[in-house]
Amino acid sequence: MNFLGLYNYWVFAVLLMIGFYAVVAKTNLVKKLMGLSLFQAAVFLLYITMGKISGGTAPIIQKGLEDAVFSNPLPQVLILTAIVVGISTTALGLGIIVRINEEYGSIDERDVQESDRR
Amino acid sequence: MTTLFGVFLLTLLVITALAVVRARHLVVAVMLLGIFSLLLAVNFVLLDAADVALTEAAVGAGISTVLFLGALALMSEREHYGSSRPWLSLVVVVSAVLVVVYATFDQPRLGDPEAPVLNHVGPWYLEKTPEYVDIPNVVTAVLGSYRGYDTLGEVFVVFTAGIGVLFLLSAGPGAQNNGRRRAVAEKKIGLRDERLLHVIGQLVIPFVLLFGLYVQFHGEYGPGGGFQAGALIAAGFILYALIEGEQRALEALPQGGLNFLMVGGALLYGVVGLAGILLGSNFLAYSVLAQDPVFGQKLGIILIEAGVGMTVCGVLLRIFHAFACRERIR
Repeated sequence: MNFLGLYNYWVFAVLLMIGFYAVVAKTNLVKKLMGLSLFQAAVFLLYITMGKISGGTAPIIQKGLEDAVFSNPLPQVLILTAIVVGISTTALGLGIIVRINEEYGSIDERDVQESDRR
Repeated sequence: MTTLFGVFLLTLLVITALAVVRARHLVVAVMLLGIFSLLLAVNFVLLDAADVALTEAAVGAGISTVLFLGALALMSEREHYGSSRPWLSLVVVVSAVLVVVYATFDQPRLGDPEAPVLNHVGPWYLEKTPEYVDIPNVVTAVLGSYRGYDTLGEVFVVFTAGIGVLFLLSAGPGAQNNGRRRAVAEKKIGLRDERLLHVIGQLVIPFVLLFGLYVQFHGEYGPGGGFQAGALIAAGFILYALIEGEQRALEALPQGGLNFLMVGGALLYGVVGLAGILLGSNFLAYSVLAQDPVFGQKLGIILIEAGVGMTVCGVLLRIFHAFACRERIR
C-alpha cells in the first residue's frame, strides 16, 4: 500500500520518457510533435499529483462545505494555463511541418536532411 | 477503491502512450492521442482538479485532435521509416526512468497532508480567498486575481502562437489569396451529404455553445473560466465547419470577427490592468475598480475572464481555418 502512493510518480516518469523517446528516436516530424504532447501531459500529471490531498475535494468553497479539506489550487492554476499554451505551441509546430512538407515533399527528418545535402 | 481505479486508469494511460508511439499510421496515432487526453482528464477528476480536467477534455481530446487531423490532411498519413538508433534511445530512456523512479522514493506519498507542497502558500489562498475575493472557485480566483500577471502572459503567448501560425500559413505554394481561398472553402463541403451526422451535429451544436457560455459565466462558482469556455465555443464552431463545410462556417463567423475576438480579448485584459493604474493603484489591481474592494475583485475577474475566453476562442478558430482553407499540393 505504501508503494501504491508512488505509482503516480512512476507513471509520470514512464510517460515522460515515452514522449522523450518519440522526440529523439522517431524521424517523422508529426510523431515528434506527438511525443512532445505526451511529454507535456506527463508534466501535467506530476503537478496535479502533487496538489492532491487525501480525503480532499476540488478547491471550490461552496456554502455548507467550508470545513471540507481542499486540494492545493496553485498547481491546478499553473497546469490549466499550461494546457492552453501547449495546444498553441502544438499548432505552431504543425504549421511549420505543413510548410516543410510543401517545400521538401516529405515530413520525415531523413528525407529533409537528404534534400538539404544535395 | 478510488486508489485502485486511479492505478487502473494510469496503467491504461501508459498503454495508450505506448500505442501512440508505436502506431505507423498517423491518423491512428492521433485518435489514440485523443483517447490518451480523455483518460488523463478522468485522472485529473480523481485528483480533485475539476478545472484542469475540463480544460484537458476540451483542448486535448477535442481541439488538439482536430488540429492534428487538419494538418495531416495536407501531408502523408504514413510513417515511412522506423526509429533511428532505437537501441541507443532505449538505453537512455530506460536509464532515465530508473533514475527518476529511484528519486521518487524520497517523495511524499500521494495525498500525504504533511507534504511540503501542501503546507506553504496553498493553504493561504484557501483561507484568504473568501475574505479578499469572495468567489467560491479558488482556482479562478488565483488565476484571475492573485496570479493575474501570469495569466496575462499566457494570453499573449496564445495570441503570439496564433499570429505565428497565420504568418507561417499565409505564405508558400499552398496558400490562397482571398479569391482562391473562397473557391477552396466552397469545395470543402464537409459532411453535408452524411445525413445522420449532419442531423445529430445540428442538434448538438447549440448545446455545445450554450455550455461554453455557461462555463464562461459560471467560472467563478463552478469549474470553468475563460480558457475552458474559449476552447468549448471554438469546438462548437469547428463542429459546425466539419458538418456544414468551411464556407458556411466562415459566413457564420467571418475572419474579421475572429480577428476582433483575438485582439479584443487581449486588449480587454490589458485595459482592465491599466484601469487599475489610472484609478490610483497597481497594474491588474482590481480592488479599486469599484467602491467595494471585494466587488471590484469580482468585476475584474469577470472582465479578464471574458478577455481570456475571447482570445482563446478567436485564436483556436483562426488556427483551425488556416489549416482547413489550405490545399494539399504534395
